[in-house]
Amino acid sequence: MPDFLRYAGQFIFFVGVAAFIGYFSSQPAYQQMPDGMAQIKMSFAHGGARKIDCRKLTSTEIAKLPANERRPNNCTRERIPVLVQLTLDGELLYDDLLEATGLSKDGPSRTYRKLIVPAGPHTITARLRDTKREIGFDYEATHQVVLRRFQNLAVDFKADTGGFSFR
Amino acid sequence: MMIARHVLRSGFDLIEALLGKLFPPSWNPMLNLGALGFYFYWIITVSGIYIYIFFDTGVHNAYSSIEYMTHDQWYLAGIMRSLHRYASDALIVVMMLHFVREFARDRYRGVRWFSWVTGTPIMVLVFVAGISGYWLVWDRLAQYVAIVSTEWLDLLPIFGEPIARNFLSPDALESRFFTLMIFMHIAIPLIALAILWMHLQRVTKPKINPPRGLALSVFAALIGLSLVHPALSQAPADLAVVPGRVGLDWFYLPLFPLFETLPGSLTWGMTACLLLIMIAMPWLPPLKRARPAAVDLANCNGCARCYNDCPYNAIAMVARSDGTAFEREPIVNPAYCVSCGLCAGSCPTSMPFRRLSDLSPGIDMPDHTMAQLRDQVEAVASGLTGPARIMVFGCDSGPALAKVRSSTVGTIPLTCIGQLPPAFIDYVISRDLADGVMLTGCRENSCNARFGIEWTNQRLARSRDPHLRNRVSRERVRTAWVGPSGTSALQVALSAFADELQNAPAMASSVPLAELSPASREPVDA
Repeated sequence: MPDFLRYAGQFIFFVGVAAFIGYFSSQPAYQQMPDGMAQIKMSFAHGGARKIDCRKLTSTEIAKLPANERRPNNCTRERIPVLVQLTLDGELLYDDLLEATGLSKDGPSRTYRKLIVPAGPHTITARLRDTKREIGFDYEATHQVVLRRFQNLAVDFKADTGGFSFR
Repeated sequence: MMIARHVLRSGFDLIEALLGKLFPPSWNPMLNLGALGFYFYWIITVSGIYIYIFFDTGVHNAYSSIEYMTHDQWYLAGIMRSLHRYASDALIVVMMLHFVREFARDRYRGVRWFSWVTGTPIMVLVFVAGISGYWLVWDRLAQYVAIVSTEWLDLLPIFGEPIARNFLSPDALESRFFTLMIFMHIAIPLIALAILWMHLQRVTKPKINPPRGLALSVFAALIGLSLVHPALSQAPADLAVVPGRVGLDWFYLPLFPLFETLPGSLTWGMTACLLLIMIAMPWLPPLKRARPAAVDLANCNGCARCYNDCPYNAIAMVARSDGTAFEREPIVNPAYCVSCGLCAGSCPTSMPFRRLSDLSPGIDMPDHTMAQLRDQVEAVASGLTGPARIMVFGCDSGPALAKVRSSTVGTIPLTCIGQLPPAFIDYVISRDLADGVMLTGCRENSCNARFGIEWTNQRLARSRDPHLRNRVSRERVRTAWVGPSGTSALQVALSAFADELQNAPAMASSVPLAELSPASREPVDA
């Protein structure tokens, strides 16, 4: 092959490789979520009540304990699961019984859930039960929102700050 | 597995042949994949150091600092950023090609398992380093990558708090977490480099730099790409919004859409299975290889040529143990020896002229000894007729020798062409076993045993010991480095060679073997 053809071939090769790398480094674009949809992301870590209530120790029992282990209550470690629900315009969107984490089930119950919903005005209600009650919920919050296209609405829960937050 | 290897090998051979028409053998990009990988690594390192100077490591200013580099200082920092991106993408391309090519050429089983197994974590680390780099831009793509990768990691039951909670809402992310990502982005490539060092431990003279001309051409291509199509950020990250539509880097992130949509147990299971299969591949099934080289101290003077020529660090020179006056002796490490035979080809005692004593060189291949090779040569030669008899020595990884065999062309298969001591060429011609010798095998710069062609060329050029004797006319020796798909090219070369041999003057020193008594068959120096 004549030299000039070889050099031209080399040039075309390098241009082709550069074009290949340049294109696939950012194209084709990936549509992560369909148009017209939004996302509600519910996530929290919260410990339910203890499975067996703490028992108050008598003064005699406290006195029998080593000095560095004296405490007013005797508690078991295991916690009950946390019930959580999320409704969208009255329809149940998410309903889960979250087991306590940890080998002894003494850690917080955790969730991280993404829910894809249509954009637009919605009424969102979040409920949580963390005690041994049979019916009803310990926390409940309702939020009116107009979800924009591709909006991400975070639903968090912190008992210290009064329960659910929508942001 | 064999079918997959065969198909891939044919494909690679075709591409290498096509590129071989454009590039000289030393420049062929397909034959420099490992060296190009190193080269891209250094481009990434230098460009990364430069852009780190201007990079703000806080999550709130990272994006604006990169925008400054891209737009305000486009002429240097912007180009460096683009080089960083595109060299990283090119690294993935050459790394994956290198991986598939070694598989296709069956260079991962047997004693080569070590390079294969150490290569697997390097690939994983390169991907992780690239993915962590995308976080740092903190644009919509970074947001997508960060959320999908942390959600995927959270599927493992090893983290207390889900890491993805860091990206729950705009107020959730802290610069401290971002700093951790920067540390990872620097530390992971350094760990990969350390494993790369291990990856090369079982090869001698590893080629870690591409030829200068190829390096300059590749660099020019990257610079040109950086100017024409600079790497740009997407819209700034906003955790209150789902990225929606993102421009993915398909070299690093092709699996992310799957991670996001398929069940976690499936994606983790597939990933774990893939990694396990990759690591186990050298034993699926194990390679049935010839026995390793064996040293015969009675015929070894410790010249160290075998040590110098071994491509796989399988030979060490140690203090002499047999009480003779020589200082050193070679020892073969069977765990490193690929049985290529280059050591036997380099041994000056691999001398077919020997008749008074056994043809037992200082180092030899037990499954294909020099004595057997001489017998084979004589047997094949006895069947050759015609005015231009040609003896073809070819390696197992080269063209199909059976297809060129005829009444005038005899063929001798070898593990590697470097296994052939030049004295055999002298023997064939000076003993009138054939009129010419053709050496063939892999494509140049693509030897399956790394140095077989290079050492052979140097031995023929009389610049490497043991070299071809001066009395052998180079007109009677030809090479055709055509690769496994080059059978037709070999036939053409043989035909042209036969024509030349018919017109060549007779060799003055040629003495037919049959006319010599056994006692007088020792060579006479030219």
